[in-house]
Amino acid sequence: MTVVAPEHAMTPVYEFPDSLTSVPTHYCPGCTHGIAHRLIAEVIDELAAKERTIGVASVGCSVFACRYFDVDFGQAPHGRAPAMATGIKRVAPEALVFTYQGDGDLASIGAAEILHAAVRGENITVFFINNAIYGMTGGQMAPTTLVGQKTASSPAGRSLVGQGAPLRVSELLAQVDGAAFVVRRSLHDVVQIRRAKKAIRRAFEVQEQGLGFSMVELLSSCPTNWGLKPDAALDFIRDEMVPAFPLGDFKVPEAETAGAAGAGTADSSAAGADAAGSAVAGRARRG
Amino acid sequence: MARELLKGNVAFAEAAVRAGCEAYFGYPITPQTEALEHLSTRMPELGRTFVQAESEVAAINMVYGAAAAGVRTMTSSSGPGTSLMMEGLSYLAGSEVPAVVVDVMRGGPGLGNIAPAQSDYLQMVKGGGHGDYRQIVLAPSTVQELIDHTVLAFDLADRYRIVTVVLADGSLGQMMEGAELPPMRHLRLPGERPAWALTGAIMREPNLVSSIHLDPDEEEAFNRHLQAKYAEIAAAEVRFEEYRLEGARVAVVAFGTTARLAKTAITAARAEGLAVGLFRPITLWPYPEVQLRALVKRVDAMLVVEMNTGQMVEDVQRIVAERVPVRFFGRTGGVMPMPEEILEELRRSAHEAEAAHQEEVSA
Amino acid sequence: MKGTVTVDEPRCKGCALCIPVCPKGLLRLADARFNARGVHPVELIDPSSECTGCQLCATMCPEAAIAVYRAVRVRA
Repeated sequence: MTVVAPEHAMTPVYEFPDSLTSVPTHYCPGCTHGIAHRLIAEVIDELAAKERTIGVASVGCSVFACRYFDVDFGQAPHGRAPAMATGIKRVAPEALVFTYQGDGDLASIGAAEILHAAVRGENITVFFINNAIYGMTGGQMAPTTLVGQKTASSPAGRSLVGQGAPLRVSELLAQVDGAAFVVRRSLHDVVQIRRAKKAIRRAFEVQEQGLGFSMVELLSSCPTNWGLKPDAALDFIRDEMVPAFPLGDFKVPEAETAGAAGAGTADSSAAGADAAGSAVAGRARRG
Repeated sequence: MARELLKGNVAFAEAAVRAGCEAYFGYPITPQTEALEHLSTRMPELGRTFVQAESEVAAINMVYGAAAAGVRTMTSSSGPGTSLMMEGLSYLAGSEVPAVVVDVMRGGPGLGNIAPAQSDYLQMVKGGGHGDYRQIVLAPSTVQELIDHTVLAFDLADRYRIVTVVLADGSLGQMMEGAELPPMRHLRLPGERPAWALTGAIMREPNLVSSIHLDPDEEEAFNRHLQAKYAEIAAAEVRFEEYRLEGARVAVVAFGTTARLAKTAITAARAEGLAVGLFRPITLWPYPEVQLRALVKRVDAMLVVEMNTGQMVEDVQRIVAERVPVRFFGRTGGVMPMPEEILEELRRSAHEAEAAHQEEVSA
Repeated sequence: MKGTVTVDEPRCKGCALCIPVCPKGLLRLADARFNARGVHPVELIDPSSECTGCQLCATMCPEAAIAVYRAVRVRA
């Protein structure tokens, strides 16, 4: 770090997280992968879990996540991170094990692995970065690409005919009994980022409590492959992605749905600011 | 330990338990399913990990995770399943994590059948996954060897941080035979996991288990490192058996179950006065190249017998380099070569060798 | 002076996401200089000591390049 702290009268209230390495990320300017990394690292710091955290990186832009987190890391084949994390967690149950996967990795090639990790109630935490596109390979259609969204492999825009509608993974996994905590958050503004961090913390706590599979889906930006400036990309999340992928809590532990004080409930009421999000969250809770 | 009547699949599964396997991940497939079933009881009763995975793709990646976390781990399968594992095996090789895979080969290609075959030789020995990598391949021919090789596979895998394959076949997996199981070994304590493993970065820099080297020079250097390791293994770990090769004019070259069938044929041939013996590679990689090359000077002909349409014979031809004639006899599709058929082939080889010898003398 | 921020300039990619979230409008791209990445890094221009150390900029930063400080309250 080349930063010089200001005058001695000042005390730090926010500093570079311990659980990140100083390696500069390869992410494009304004890409919210960096925010997701930062939040996860901040929560690992808060839980004082750096020395017992084991991450599993995936394939895609997040392939180098292993270089950016200052914790033990494995690097799985495309889509297989939940299987690799299963192997790790089963023989290191005291470790805090998480995967970090994009939408191509998790929702397309790794659809079987994520589904069955949830079915087994595998006690791992999954961070699912949904930016509706394949970033690393240059902007091809993902399973979460929006209808009509133009990509390098859907130049006329994703069509319902032949390409289908975007896959809503959180809603899907919430149907699985083994899933203990499944929520969707967004990284498009400061309020949403703070909610995302609370959810990340809760997901790790669910794992620490041995409650089963936990996943936080994070709506994220890809300014480069969307062809938008960083700030316009955040607007795209808010205006285009959130309506297609409503924010909310799709599955939270029983006690939290019944009571009013649980972290999950607090999160979902916060997400209620988003009309669509609260409607789906409400349905999920009642269901 | 006393000798007992053991089914091959149960024998290797129990051998793995006793060798200190802490985690098994697998998917049901005939003809190896009894191994998975045995471990579904044994592993939990010992407080160890057993997971029936959603696919062989997932199973090998669970093995990857457990191996990366520093425990002895294994999977077992058969052709259609091992095909699905090729991606994972390449990553295991590229990350240098140790693991054991037992392949109980069946007839193919495609769904094929569930009868014994040796047609995964190329897949396992040459590497069915992408990239320049090797794995140690052991070829047992009895249930006792299946047990011993499973234990050895764990030791070799750990010693060299490499995947070790026990290449059995449906006959060996299904047969019952008297054999002796090894004593139970102590499990590795959590503090005894290897220094490179993912155990949580306590009082050390974080560990990374990965196969990515984006810089071509770095990737090349890593490949050179792998090749140096493979050369070390090739120099130290070759295993083979010579059977009745004293004075032999014709050598049968065969592995696994086929070698066993060949022994019966050789006994019959010797009774007919034919000077024949058997050269049996036990490690298919590293292949006993030096020993086979030396054999060229001692015999007049070779007969390669396999339960496939000719896979190992390519290695034999390469090593022999046309210095003696190499015949091939194979049955495939789940059909086993009968000793009488092998004997008939041996008579032909012996006859040809004699003719060639006479020609040489008269010339 | 209630608060201030420092920018780890070599890390900054100049994405400017922090700029609009500052309630006082105290951040801007340093037009006059480039960092080693060849981008104008963000800088704090706070001549009247308006920064409160609210952390909104740091919350938004994808590079974790912003550190935030607040004045220590000293009891009399």
